[in-house]
Amino acid sequence: MASGNGLMPMQIADHPAQMRTEGGATAYFRKLWRITRKELQTELRAREAIGAMAAFSVLAVVIFGLAFDLAPRMDLIVPGILWGILLFAGVLGLNRSFGAEVDKGSLAALLLAPMDRSAVYFGKVLANFLFILATQIIVLPIMLVIFDINLFRLWILVGLFLGILGYVFVGTLFAALTVSVRARESMLPILLLPVMMPLFVAGVGLTALVLNGREFGDFDHWLLMLATYDLIFLVIAYMVFDLIWEDV
Amino acid sequence: MTKMSDQPLIDVRGLRKRYGRKTVLKGLNMGVDAGQVVALLGANGAGKSTLMRIISGLSKADSGQVWLGGAELKQAGHELRRYIGLVSHAPLLYDNLTAWENLDFFAHMYDLLAPEVRMEALLRSVDLWPRRHDLVRTYSRGMTQRLAIARAILHDPPVLLLDEPDTGLDQPSSQMLHNLIRQLGAANRAILFSTHNLEQALHWSDWICILANGEIVHRQPAAELSVDDLRELYGQW
Repeated sequence: MASGNGLMPMQIADHPAQMRTEGGATAYFRKLWRITRKELQTELRAREAIGAMAAFSVLAVVIFGLAFDLAPRMDLIVPGILWGILLFAGVLGLNRSFGAEVDKGSLAALLLAPMDRSAVYFGKVLANFLFILATQIIVLPIMLVIFDINLFRLWILVGLFLGILGYVFVGTLFAALTVSVRARESMLPILLLPVMMPLFVAGVGLTALVLNGREFGDFDHWLLMLATYDLIFLVIAYMVFDLIWEDV
Repeated sequence: MTKMSDQPLIDVRGLRKRYGRKTVLKGLNMGVDAGQVVALLGANGAGKSTLMRIISGLSKADSGQVWLGGAELKQAGHELRRYIGLVSHAPLLYDNLTAWENLDFFAHMYDLLAPEVRMEALLRSVDLWPRRHDLVRTYSRGMTQRLAIARAILHDPPVLLLDEPDTGLDQPSSQMLHNLIRQLGAANRAILFSTHNLEQALHWSDWICILANGEIVHRQPAAELSVDDLRELYGQW
């Protein structure tokens, strides 16, 4: 206790809050980064999102490895496995993105802060991107061992980068949309996965062609499709994110 | 922060809110002036929390207006959120961060300049300074609530909304909250707090408002009422 007979009243006037005067883009990106940093900090302590995604991904790779052990050509199967696991594992992390905040009430505090709420969205996007990227860094070497297919090729990695980016643009938006819905854990994949189909098709197509040793000109349209998908949902998410918080 | 007009600092006009078929607020009007502490009483489900959430901007009213410091909430930009401090049923904290990290995070969200001195003052005043580097998930309910109060006033808001703020507080902590409310009221803040504790409502506030049937059905200076008067009034609704 601060005093023998109870807590001392604080003298707020002695320590007034002083606000920064500059705003604009600097303040926006500073807050965005603080939100990302907070996400990383809490995830490192709780290990809920990455832990779940990594465990699921590794198990899925092992199960598919056993299931397709006798398949004659792994290079035809591995692209689907890679992108399928990415989509399903990602849902586990995305569900945590806003779910944990709503369960603990902290999202309301975040939405009360004086900032464009798109900063919350992009802060979460960046964190989710890093979580899923970290999961893929674990998955790719395991796939190399189990399927004997080297996925560490430049254009596959570029495709994965664009694919994860598009996935978190859409997934973070949908996670926010479904966070107040009952049974959000099942609702998110039901709503999200159909929208992810173009990204899945492009990712699988790109990976298959690269593994097949084709030239850049043969698969550049898939890269273009991934980049276009990212751009479209980046713009949509930026426009609608502030409007979806009817009641938190 | 300065008051922008002669309006009350919190000015609620014709607020209506429905959840499905249930109408929670039926054209509610109320105002809280700078320097006033208003206790909001009402039965469970009367709409106290809904009113707080609408004033804070977390929920949207079906119709009606909320004015804070002379600016209409819906029309004003996000900068108006600086005006509001909210203590809710939920602590609005991150339990995987320490008390210090929580305040530091929100200090950055509110663009506070060199916030360390104020953070230290707040943590000392809510008696959490020795536990500042402990994760919030290790705190008791009362400690979490004290930190929630520190978070709500971190940016020194002119409007403070306290939704049953004494939940989980022991007697010394409750006394601390009382002192804090008095101090903030004296510093020209507009304070609206809800409670079920009639004695506390009388002791802590300047005005008593009773919310029932979606409206403010009674408003009277606390000094004019005894606990028995208030109990009788409250019982009528």
